[in-house]
Amino acid sequence: MIAMQNAFEILGSYLITFVVIAGFSWRVIRHGRTLADRIDDDQKYWT
Amino acid sequence: MTTTEPTRSETMTSAHGTGTTATRVLGLATIVMLGWLVAFGLGFSPADRDQAEAVRIMYVHVPTVWVAYLALGVTALCSVIYLASKRHSLGFDRVAGASAEIAAVFMALTLVSGMLWGKITWGVYWAWDARLTSFALLFISTIGLLAVRGLGGSHHQRAKRSAIVSLFVVAMIPLVHWSVKLWNSLHQEPSVLDPDGDVTVDGLMLFSLFVGLIAFSLLYVWLLLHRSRAMAMADMLDDDGLDRALHERRAEGRQPPGDGTVADGTREDDPR
Repeated sequence: MIAMQNAFEILGSYLITFVVIAGFSWRVIRHGRTLADRIDDDQKYWT
Repeated sequence: MTTTEPTRSETMTSAHGTGTTATRVLGLATIVMLGWLVAFGLGFSPADRDQAEAVRIMYVHVPTVWVAYLALGVTALCSVIYLASKRHSLGFDRVAGASAEIAAVFMALTLVSGMLWGKITWGVYWAWDARLTSFALLFISTIGLLAVRGLGGSHHQRAKRSAIVSLFVVAMIPLVHWSVKLWNSLHQEPSVLDPDGDVTVDGLMLFSLFVGLIAFSLLYVWLLLHRSRAMAMADMLDDDGLDRALHERRAEGRQPPGDGTVADGTREDDPR
C-alpha cells in the first residue's frame, strides 16, 4: 500500500483529479439543465 | 365546458437537460470504470522497482494527458471539417468548442498531477524543463483558443476564427510529445507510446493504466455529448434573442408618425 512519506502527493493527485472532474461535470450538467428549461423539446435534436 | 390555452411552462420541455438513456448508461459505465481505476491505482497494482509508490500517480496522470491530446485532436478534426465542408455546419464548431473546453480542464489536471509527481521524483514541483514548459505553453494556447471563441460576432464568425486558431494550437502537440526526445529533459521518455515500440510497463501496472485510459476516454465522450448539446441550446437562444430584437426594431419603425417619432424610429425633434 501507499508509503506514508508520499501519501500527500499520491492521494492529493487522485483527490484533485476527481474533485475537479466532478465539479466540471456538475457545472456542465447544471448549465445544460438551465438552458433546456428555456428551449422547446422539438428543438433538441437529441430527444 | 371551457378549455384553456396551455401556458408557456406547460408547453415547455419534458426532457430535462442534455441527458438521454445512452448518456445515462455511458455515465454509469464511466463511474464504474473510475471506481476500478481507484481500486487498481491505489490498491491492486504493485509498487515500481525504481519509483516505488509514486508510480501510482501515473494511473491518473497519463489518462488525463491522453484525454487532453484526444480532445484537442477532435477539436482540430471538427475545425477542419467545418472549414472544408460546403455546408459549414455549426454542429462541428460546437463539438470543437466543447472538446477544447474539456482539453483545457484535463491539461490543468495533467499539470497538477505532474507537479505532485515531480515533487516526489525530482524534489521540486516545477522545473523549466522542455516537456513541462512546452506543455504549459500548450495549455495557455488552449486558454487563448477559448478566449478567441468568446470574442463575439455571429456564430459563423466565431466558428471560422476559432477553427483557424485551433489548428495552430494542435500543431504544438507533436512538439510537446517528442520534446523529451528532442531536448535533454527531466521528464521520462514514453513508457507505452515509445517510437521504438518498446513497452516498458507490464503486467498489472499496464492493466491499471489501461483501466485509467478507458475510464477517462468514456468520461470524455460523456462530457463532450453534454457540453456540445448545451452549446447548441445556447446558440438557439442567441438566435431567438436576435430575432426578437430585430422584430421589435421593425415594429418600432412601423409605428405611425404623430407620437413624436418618425418612420425610422428617431424623434421628430432629434437635432440630427
